[in-house]
Amino acid sequence: MNDGLSTIEQQITSDYKYGFTSDLEADQAPKGLNEDIIRFISGKKNEPEWMLEWRLKAYRHWLKMEVPEWANIKYPAIDFQDIIYYSAPKQTKKLNSLDEIDPELRRTFEKLGISLDEQKRLSGVAVDAVIDSVSVATTFREQLGELGIIFCSMSEAIQEHPELVKKYIGSVVPMTDNFYSALNSAVFTDGSFCYIPKGVRCPMELSTYFRINAQNTGQFERTLIVAEEGSYVSYLEGCTAPMRDENQLHAAVVELIAMDHAEIKYSTVQNWYPGDKEGKGGIYNFVTKRGICAGVHSKISWTQVETGSAVTWKYPSCILKGDHSVGEFYSVAVTNHHQQADTGTKMIHLGKNTRSRIVSKGISAGVSHNSYRGLVSVAKNATNARNFSQCDSLLLGDRCGAHTFPYIEVKNNTAQVEHEATTSKIGEDQIFYCNQRGIDTETAVALIVNGFAKEVMNQLPMEFAVEAQKLLAITLEGSVG
Amino acid sequence: MLQIKDLHAGIEGKEILKGINLTIRPGEVHAIMGPNGSGKSTLASVLAGREDYEVTGGSVEFLGKDLLELAPEARAGEGLFLAFQYPVEIPGLSTINFMKTAVNEVRKYRGQEALDAAEFLKLMKEKMSLVNIDKNLLTRSLNEGFSGGEKKRNEVFQMAMLEPKLAILDETDSGLDIDAIRIAAAGVNAIRSKENATLVITHYQRLLDYIVPDFVHVLYNGRIVKSGGKELALELEETGYSFLKNEMNIA
Repeated sequence: MNDGLSTIEQQITSDYKYGFTSDLEADQAPKGLNEDIIRFISGKKNEPEWMLEWRLKAYRHWLKMEVPEWANIKYPAIDFQDIIYYSAPKQTKKLNSLDEIDPELRRTFEKLGISLDEQKRLSGVAVDAVIDSVSVATTFREQLGELGIIFCSMSEAIQEHPELVKKYIGSVVPMTDNFYSALNSAVFTDGSFCYIPKGVRCPMELSTYFRINAQNTGQFERTLIVAEEGSYVSYLEGCTAPMRDENQLHAAVVELIAMDHAEIKYSTVQNWYPGDKEGKGGIYNFVTKRGICAGVHSKISWTQVETGSAVTWKYPSCILKGDHSVGEFYSVAVTNHHQQADTGTKMIHLGKNTRSRIVSKGISAGVSHNSYRGLVSVAKNATNARNFSQCDSLLLGDRCGAHTFPYIEVKNNTAQVEHEATTSKIGEDQIFYCNQRGIDTETAVALIVNGFAKEVMNQLPMEFAVEAQKLLAITLEGSVG
Repeated sequence: MLQIKDLHAGIEGKEILKGINLTIRPGEVHAIMGPNGSGKSTLASVLAGREDYEVTGGSVEFLGKDLLELAPEARAGEGLFLAFQYPVEIPGLSTINFMKTAVNEVRKYRGQEALDAAEFLKLMKEKMSLVNIDKNLLTRSLNEGFSGGEKKRNEVFQMAMLEPKLAILDETDSGLDIDAIRIAAAGVNAIRSKENATLVITHYQRLLDYIVPDFVHVLYNGRIVKSGGKELALELEETGYSFLKNEMNIA
């Protein structure tokens, strides 16, 4: 992590560096949403009948649902008929190897700092890359296959492992769960699928990069990770989007399933385009992420660094069903300018001796609003449940807002639930102290903010921690002084 | 090295420094003494460039440059260091990381290349033994939960790392017992050379037993009212500051 600091100062003067668009030929559906569009998507993907039926059922349910309005965010109503629900970079045939990728697409990934070749050769991170709606490349598949690990795009999983997909899709986040998960269930176009067989410890980080490229498109990916008994996997996702004046919708669903003694570590570095300084453009990020600790002694750990998006609505949660299971949520959410974030977690204690830990660090600058919303629920039969929550807010300047909405529901009197919260401002004394040591104010803010977020950043795998530190600095540039 | 001429400064419209004159040459140690409220810490803050203070008159030249024109971080780059009376805490940021950034920012200012991890580590080890500081302290969050003595020792370590031309020690002895003072002073003495200068600001004489000054100045009511050699400090210790009031009133 130490080396991240010197890079901060290089980054500090840069604007949103992922704001380029790529000139990729795209295969698109017409704007709007109806059953024909869903049939179009399903047809494009050559899906089995049951998948189409499932989508249509979700769509019909979605039509009866209303946009959730309880979150502490404000944005103009989204016209769901003004969105393109399917856009795929045109590829003439299925790729046999990475060498066959469209050169323009390859350049896109290089601009993102992901060279698929490099990733493949050096870092030992297996990558699945999703552009607009479609997964374009998955690396390392063969090596993983030898261990029985399946890591592929969701579309491929539906074709090649239908029994697994059918069994688990919608099992943690039902299609009827909420407005955006229903929408996603109807129109999801791709995502990553990951299956770790019994007793296997995945030897490398699995990673998916999401990128929205085409204009007026929404991105609706769906990720499903199943960890069988005694297995372990660490999974990372990163996301970026071009700078565009209009808002774009991102509504993803992520489902995690951990069996007995299995562990899933899920890390996100979310850097969707946040809009410009006046609040124009940016991604609306409405994401449903949930994991179930289905087996005894299982563990699910969410780590998120949220720096992007105009609006973020996201509550990665854990259902602690197995006895002695553990749920963790580590979050850094940064908002600047006109960004709004309403994020947090739900820890649902169902099994006995279940434990959960929540560490949330909110950083607000500009005229942004940053809310933590969390639920700790202990069911009647969940004896000896433990929760510890810590929610810290850091304010930069005096025009931003930090809000905390903790909900606690306890139905078993053996539970121990602790909640700690602090709110602080970056002090002029702290900045002056740094200045006196030769450090300019922007760098000083980055140091102070990274210090504030350290407990969460430490949870990230190394290569992402450096990236995440840079992102914090970039997001907050110009916010002080 | 440092030339202060008729410096006037204050805060929120209230004048605190009322015409300071002081010249410091390389290799010299100057002590500024005075009762509470005489303007000692204000002088340190103004020299370091704290924004809260407004300079209303006079000039300060540092190594041929107009110090008052420079931003605080540029002053540090030029070689001015302030050991704070109350060092701030920065949770989650270790002294090591803080110093790595500071050293490389200062190097950048001077047009030098950044130190890589190995070079930095080497420099750090050298300075750690020079000022006798434990590594455990440096890996902890900056000043968080430090004792008074640890905070001041950490300031001296940072000073050693940044190798300033002029070090200003603002009440480095305040709140320390005699052993802590001795350790801090030993660190300061280890850094002293013919090329750099030190300005010690203190209320009490006892620090000057360990950091022996070439010149002692008495600051009272925003002005230097008396200057002399190190014996002046001893004199003050015996008579206290009350004599100043009498002298000034008569004058």
